[in-house]
Amino acid sequence: MPETSTPTRRAPELSLTLASPAPAPVRDRPISPPMDPVHRGDVPCSTTVRPSHRSSSFDEPVPLPAPRGPVSRALIDLLSGDAEAIVDLRLLRWTGDPTKATTDDDLQLALWLTYEQHYRGLAGVDERWEWHPELVWARRSWEQHLLDGLRGETDEHASRDGQDPTSGRARVQAVLNELASADDEPSLSKFLMREATSRQFGEFLIHRSLYHLKEADPHTWAIPRLSGSVKAAMVTIQADEYGGGAMPAMHAQLFRTLLMDWDLHDTYGHYLDHVPGVTLLATNVISLFGLHRRWRGALVGHLAMFEMTSSVPNGRYARGHRRLGGGEEAALFFDEHVVADSVHDQIALHDLAGGLADHEPQLVDDIIFGARCAAYADAAFAGHVFDRWGKGASSLRRPVDGSSEVAS
Amino acid sequence: MNPEPEAAYEYEVDEEPRPGLGVSITVCPDGPLLVRGPVELVSADGETVEHPRRVVALCRCGRSRLKPLCDGSHRLSRFRDPATGDQITHVLNRARPAPTE
Repeated sequence: MPETSTPTRRAPELSLTLASPAPAPVRDRPISPPMDPVHRGDVPCSTTVRPSHRSSSFDEPVPLPAPRGPVSRALIDLLSGDAEAIVDLRLLRWTGDPTKATTDDDLQLALWLTYEQHYRGLAGVDERWEWHPELVWARRSWEQHLLDGLRGETDEHASRDGQDPTSGRARVQAVLNELASADDEPSLSKFLMREATSRQFGEFLIHRSLYHLKEADPHTWAIPRLSGSVKAAMVTIQADEYGGGAMPAMHAQLFRTLLMDWDLHDTYGHYLDHVPGVTLLATNVISLFGLHRRWRGALVGHLAMFEMTSSVPNGRYARGHRRLGGGEEAALFFDEHVVADSVHDQIALHDLAGGLADHEPQLVDDIIFGARCAAYADAAFAGHVFDRWGKGASSLRRPVDGSSEVAS
Repeated sequence: MNPEPEAAYEYEVDEEPRPGLGVSITVCPDGPLLVRGPVELVSADGETVEHPRRVVALCRCGRSRLKPLCDGSHRLSRFRDPATGDQITHVLNRARPAPTE
């Protein structure tokens, strides 16, 4: 294990696993010690500081980030104040370029913040804002922009689906299989496997931390909206995501071990200020589908695509991680996903998405839309990362080395 | 592990299996064999393999790097076997390939 400055909030059970006498890794990491100026003041320097509370096994509400435009600025101002206050809805109207809604920093951050109130919450924010009617109204308009954007990004493909005479199940499975087998080039997973530097691999983990530290949570919203065998399929998948109820085996917890192995912060939401809108999109899409029963078909389609495109890339990430000297305990996050998701792939395709198409055939288009959105969000993220790395730049909005450069 | 699987197995011996608690193998189209339920996995020399998984996907395409488990490689190798009910029934009862369309 590297000896550089690391967060000292490790849970005891994780410290034990990391204490294995691994040989000094041969790599040019760490990408940087977690000393970025934004959060330096928050980093406790001793385990004696509220050790049980600061342990990484229980998340705390996310501190409000820096605004990224007029809407997120107005929102953050609101959230910092009294939930009884009069809300000026004009300030919450997003007037950006509708064709760039899916990756717009301001819009995606505003959505992310309102959604986060349904997960771990926001530090110092009155919890009544979660269901504040005017804020819900404002979010609805942002969601419409997001949905319009997603429609725009996925429509050109949708026309190829055709309306063949086969059953809804067959149509769902044909489209999902086609999407899942695309393995587009350039492939981010192949790049991470073969070529990525340690800094690039670390950036990848930073982006992914916004999802994996609450891995599975956004899809769990589907459970109360399903029933019968479709619900059972959903629970089979989610049970694995949550480690079958064993905390150290929860996928979010495995990701913590991975982050710590890479000398990265494992605090929930820590890298919010660093990641661009396209990264927030990935979780916002699932939250959007998850928080509206009306989008349960899309939520199921999204999860199915997630599971169907997970085993192979995770196998590649694991090889990249090991190539760069990553630890074996930490590699379990990737290794476990290869095995678990090869099972989930089939359950999601046949029992979950196929089952829902059988029982609610009116949702077939939504299931396919959700799957396309998952594929789009993944491709948009990869496109962003390749674009930045191709220019020799950081893929982060604010690199973790503390430089104030903002790639907008 | 919780004792549920063993209890379910005993139950199955003399009565109808409880739904969802029996052993089943799903032949996945173009994919692996999905084995669910309290099944004992043994090596050819008779050793029982202890593992924590309630459902396992066994490789059917031959390309997995994790055999006997599936690692998703069938998607890359474009493994094709439709595994329809008709096809499986035909093969199991007639011991010959199902007619192709």
